[in-house]
Amino acid sequence: MADTPPARRKSALGTLILARIRMFLREPAVIFWVFAFPAILAVALGTAFRDRPPEPPRVGVPTDLTNGVAALASQRLQTLDSDRVTLERATRQELADKLRKGAIDVIVEDAPDGSIAYHFDPQRAEGRMSRLVVDDVIQRGLGRQDAASVREVTELPKGARYIDFLLPGLIAMNLMGSALWGVGYGMVQERSKKLMRRFATTPLTRTQFLTSYIASRLVFLAVEVAFLVGFGALVFDVTIQGSLPLLFGVALLGVLTFTGFAVLCAARTSSVEVVSGFINALTLPMWLLSGTFFSYERFPEAFHPIIKLLPLTALNDALRAITNEGAGLVAIAPQLATLAGWGLLTFLLGVRLFRWR
Amino acid sequence: MNDASPPAVACRKLAKKYPDVLAVDHIDLEVRAGECLAVLGPNGAGKTTTVEMIEGLTEPSAGEIALFGHVWGRSRSDDQAIRELLGVQLQETHFQERLTVLETIELFASFYRRSRPAVELLALVALEQKRDAKVGKLSGGQKQRLALACALVGEPRLLCLDEPTTGLDPQSRRQIWEIVEAFKARGGTILLTTHYMEEAARLADRVAIMDHGHIIALDTPDVLIASLGAEDIVACEVDRVLDDADLRALPTVGEVMNTTTEGRSRIRLSVRDIGQALPALLALTAARGARLDGLVTHRATLEDVFVHHTGRGLRDG
Repeated sequence: MADTPPARRKSALGTLILARIRMFLREPAVIFWVFAFPAILAVALGTAFRDRPPEPPRVGVPTDLTNGVAALASQRLQTLDSDRVTLERATRQELADKLRKGAIDVIVEDAPDGSIAYHFDPQRAEGRMSRLVVDDVIQRGLGRQDAASVREVTELPKGARYIDFLLPGLIAMNLMGSALWGVGYGMVQERSKKLMRRFATTPLTRTQFLTSYIASRLVFLAVEVAFLVGFGALVFDVTIQGSLPLLFGVALLGVLTFTGFAVLCAARTSSVEVVSGFINALTLPMWLLSGTFFSYERFPEAFHPIIKLLPLTALNDALRAITNEGAGLVAIAPQLATLAGWGLLTFLLGVRLFRWR
Repeated sequence: MNDASPPAVACRKLAKKYPDVLAVDHIDLEVRAGECLAVLGPNGAGKTTTVEMIEGLTEPSAGEIALFGHVWGRSRSDDQAIRELLGVQLQETHFQERLTVLETIELFASFYRRSRPAVELLALVALEQKRDAKVGKLSGGQKQRLALACALVGEPRLLCLDEPTTGLDPQSRRQIWEIVEAFKARGGTILLTTHYMEEAARLADRVAIMDHGHIIALDTPDVLIASLGAEDIVACEVDRVLDDADLRALPTVGEVMNTTTEGRSRIRLSVRDIGQALPALLALTAARGARLDGLVTHRATLEDVFVHHTGRGLRDG
């Protein structure tokens, strides 16, 4: 051991970044929030709101219907393939019960005057729709001719599904969360543990200290975005229509922006409870307002200019434009400017206010 | 010793004023290269504030601090030079619990231009068995030894230890002392704060006694104790009020402390010859018809020096 050559000095920054990556990976809760949580959300919401083929109207016909126009109609219905209607035969009483519970959409029966009677709930969209479909089937079956020929175009443009909307939102939410928690919470924790003071007595510089946080974030940024994009492609067939490098570039800008917020949140705080409050106060309103789960177009028009100024809105809009519209750099320049502006402002203010010791 | 080499620490008119208190009141303090100086004093005396100003963690309100000739705050390069020479153990530091012992030492090693091999340090602080253990799993004494390893990893010339053994069991305390002594044997300089007089007596070449932001005495432990003019201390309580003059008249008695509350006297005498002083004290109390409680005698220590200067015990606050 005596003649071991002196070890080459390791770089302080490199060693600190490595240490941060190790600490991150050794925190099981972090792995959950960064990877499992968005994946679970995507699966849950993507499944709940997936585009299902429209269900055929459920039509009830009384079993004791024997003659008249209604009986003829019910025969027509029975010969139809089940793609257009689902037929249910039961007593009048049972059918009335089912209609009330919403288990069937419409009942076809004979009216005393010999005409066909449709029973349905006009409050329910399914009820109104079923009535139209059933009437169309019966009338055509009885010989009605179409006055004009029509052609149906049912192909949706790419990127119009809910999951296409949701996935970029989840990426943005993830980037915001991991930057704020990873950097903001991490710094305050090191201050409250007096580790920041301990570092301050060593030759480690403040720039190295700050850079180590940002750099370790960027390592995970690539992994996080790649994971969610890959997940979306494999599980939901979400395709990135724009440029993938641009998507990563925007994600990088997003992380830097939220790192600015993180430094500002952590500038003076020495209690992890307080910084958690700051981060929650920042993230929760933006989750709702910035259109993570549903479009901010649903908020009144008057609020849109303010909502669009939020950094998460800018990130959401830019990521969605790239993913679903194939937008290029120029198209998303306003959003990028918003992000850069917030990032610069918060970072400079944060560094200025930062208490090192 | 080379007179031209600057002292390890030189503080001139150093003061720290907080809104409500003058924590350090314009003190001059020098730590000579190669010595161990202990700053002894009760909680709130200003020890930690003084050491943290020397470590560059607290901005002084007034005064100047130089470490090995580099003045804090004069230039960035001076500050960086000081940090390369300084090894610090703060009163409390919680290292990252999810890093291992070895990773923590190597992290600190990477901060310095020169560093001791981590393996050597692990052996020095007796943590070889724990090298791959997570910091969060260490005992209090092990954590404190890790903190010491991180303070020593940059091959510092000055080691600043702020109450390094507070709250540790006697065995852990001895382990820490041995590590500090090994550092000193290699020629290192140590600045230590403590409120344990045994610690100061064992480790320190010189002791500075601090109270209310002042240094009230500074010398070698022997000289400080000798300055009491006493070999032994006699302390007791009696259920009568005794005159100071009667106590002072007892043979070989030096300093007399006599505090009276509710008709009882608490007496503390510095005596040169306990064989003469004690029988005389007993005779005096008997003559006054006083009953004697809690009679204690012991060799004079640094604690008695502190009591002599402040009229209070070290741990009385």
